[in-house]
Amino acid sequence: MNIIVLGCGRLGSTFARLMHHDGHNVTVIDLQSEAFRRLDTKFRGNRIVGNGIDEDVLKRAGIETADVFIAATQGDNRNIMAAQIAQRVFKVEKVLARIFDPVRADRYRQLGIITLCTTTIASGLMRDFVETGEWGLKKDYSAEYLQLNL
Amino acid sequence: MYIIIVGGGNIGYYLAKTLSGERHEVLLLEKDRARYRTVSEELGEIVMQGDGCEVALQAQAGFGRADAVVAVTGSDDDNLVVCQMAKMEHNVPRTISRVNDPRNEKLFHELGIDATVSSTKIIFNLLEQEVGGGEVIPLAALKRGNIEIVEIQISPKSPVAGAEIRTLLTEQNALIVAVLRGDKYVLPSGDTTLEVGDCVIVLVDADQEHSLRDLFAEA
Repeated sequence: MNIIVLGCGRLGSTFARLMHHDGHNVTVIDLQSEAFRRLDTKFRGNRIVGNGIDEDVLKRAGIETADVFIAATQGDNRNIMAAQIAQRVFKVEKVLARIFDPVRADRYRQLGIITLCTTTIASGLMRDFVETGEWGLKKDYSAEYLQLNL
Repeated sequence: MYIIIVGGGNIGYYLAKTLSGERHEVLLLEKDRARYRTVSEELGEIVMQGDGCEVALQAQAGFGRADAVVAVTGSDDDNLVVCQMAKMEHNVPRTISRVNDPRNEKLFHELGIDATVSSTKIIFNLLEQEVGGGEVIPLAALKRGNIEIVEIQISPKSPVAGAEIRTLLTEQNALIVAVLRGDKYVLPSGDTTLEVGDCVIVLVDADQEHSLRDLFAEA
């Protein structure tokens, strides 16, 4: 699949490397070229320097033929706006935005964007841990990722 | 009216000052503490510190009874979310957003913002009026900017000088509504011929304005 990842922070770069490992055609966008250092030399996907809420930048990243768009910058609003552009203007089929604010995550989910609220997922898991003494995730994603040795 | 302004930069500051002078109830929200101190020293209690995108702060600021919310920060994404949350959470009747990138105006309308203002576009239009012989000058925007009324001056070099109106605009979704000639105007019909010096008023789909430019531009 053609996958665009907006934001090359820890989340964006990790996800991009995973998708590249899985054989997808990945393009990463970030405002700063230094951010691409987080991608290892093994990463053969495209790197685009630019603002992810600028339609020209998104076109340069190939959004017109993208199957998946993941907005994972540090800014909730930037992710929300980029995701809406991907969905409404470019009709990308699978669009996801990482949003820290639980309220915004909920409201924009109602508008049809898949929102990943790491805040409520983590605090929910911790709450379950406090109540049951057990860790809720069946799968160890960290170990899985490290084993791949990307 | 109760008007909430989000973003205490220069635009927000002067807007708050002007509106409160007009006896409107105004609240100015500014996120940055240092900037908030500066602005509130000048404007007093009508300034509040906080992030205008946060629903809790929106409730505290009284978005629920606001007649209008105006987002004028320097970031288009922040302005968009302020207005969308104001609509979704508080049913604010009128949301107005500043857009820094003029291409975002169309997107913002599609995403439910009631009105947008682009200083880039306004200045651009003013410059065009000053310098643009044979150019397409926007006069007014209707239907949230989807339809425009534009003015085109027919210059001596224009390829349409001497053309009959029936031969023009066959492919565009556009209508010539008047031809201003000297001090008079001509109600156009199919066999009206355009003359050099005419000023043609056209109703056109905003996204087809560019094709008018190609058609009427100086050769």
